[in-house]
Amino acid sequence: MLLQLFWSFFKIGGFTFGGGYAMIPLIEREITEKHHWMAKEEFLDMLTLAQASPGPISLNTAVFVGYKMKSYIGGMTALLGLILPPFAVILAVAAFFPMVQHNPWVEAAFRTMRPAVVALMFWPVVIWIRHLKPWGWAVMAVVAVSVWYLHWSPVWFLLSAATLAIGWTFYRARKGGLR
Amino acid sequence: MILWQLFVSYLKIGFFGFGGGYAMLSLIQNEVVLQHQWLTNAEFSDILAISQMTPGPIAINSATYIGYTLAGVPGACVATFSVCLPALTIMVLLTRFFLKLKENPYLENVISAMRPVMVGMIAAAVLMLMFPQDEGMGNFPDWCSWVVFAGCLFGLWKKVNPILLLLLSALFGIGIYGVVCWI
Repeated sequence: MLLQLFWSFFKIGGFTFGGGYAMIPLIEREITEKHHWMAKEEFLDMLTLAQASPGPISLNTAVFVGYKMKSYIGGMTALLGLILPPFAVILAVAAFFPMVQHNPWVEAAFRTMRPAVVALMFWPVVIWIRHLKPWGWAVMAVVAVSVWYLHWSPVWFLLSAATLAIGWTFYRARKGGLR
Repeated sequence: MILWQLFVSYLKIGFFGFGGGYAMLSLIQNEVVLQHQWLTNAEFSDILAISQMTPGPIAINSATYIGYTLAGVPGACVATFSVCLPALTIMVLLTRFFLKLKENPYLENVISAMRPVMVGMIAAAVLMLMFPQDEGMGNFPDWCSWVVFAGCLFGLWKKVNPILLLLLSALFGIGIYGVVCWI
């Protein structure tokens, strides 16, 4: 059982490129179709939870599935399976990369890959902006400018957003009775 | 000393890494480039490019890579371990109270309040990578970079695979800079 869990997530960790959302369909197939460890509905519920908690979504999914199957040891086994292959690959690349880093061809390639990476990071902003309300745009702009220009730590904004939301929900619950 | 700093930084990144991969990258950039100045923006972007092209979640891959760059194999282990630790604990806790938390108005409101903050964080990270305030030539040395940037955005809009986009821009770079210098 543990071995199966490890092997499943080992495959997911080793063969999904692009991380995060690219991994979800693969995990879903492995968990709900191949092994029937979980029903589809439960998997979807779990995704909501995995998105709500901090950390990469694929990691959270692994922990959830592992924990469901075999408690703490299962959670850790799934996590280990997931991160071991990328860990090994990265170590190999990181050890090798300095040798070719100053090769002019490699430098040329990375010179254009840098703006490409920035575009990859910019894309989720474009996607999410469409789903935000006007107050969200205002918050976004304030956070962006103060983190970028004033070098404030984004952690404070996350904490105050959470605190405000809790306070507001509490106030609404007191006022409205239910909810 | 550096191991301890790495541990604390990545624990923070793991703990506040709401919104998954890209939101975490902005935290990582804030810690690694801005606060500690362990890497320049260009070095950070290179690591991101490599982390995107290798299998696995980009936040974990970059943690391993940055840890290795700063303190060898122990650094890689420490950074990877500490970035996973909060996710592991919080997820186990959430799973235990899963049924109670489902459709909890507090949780829902906290998430929707955090979303614009996360988008702002990513936007800040993008701005920093575009207009770096540190030394060096940065990520956008000339007009070719902006062509690549626009091309990639167009590609993403057309749902082209991001890894393919990275490979294409690498080829473009080899073509533009490599061959021109060689001739």
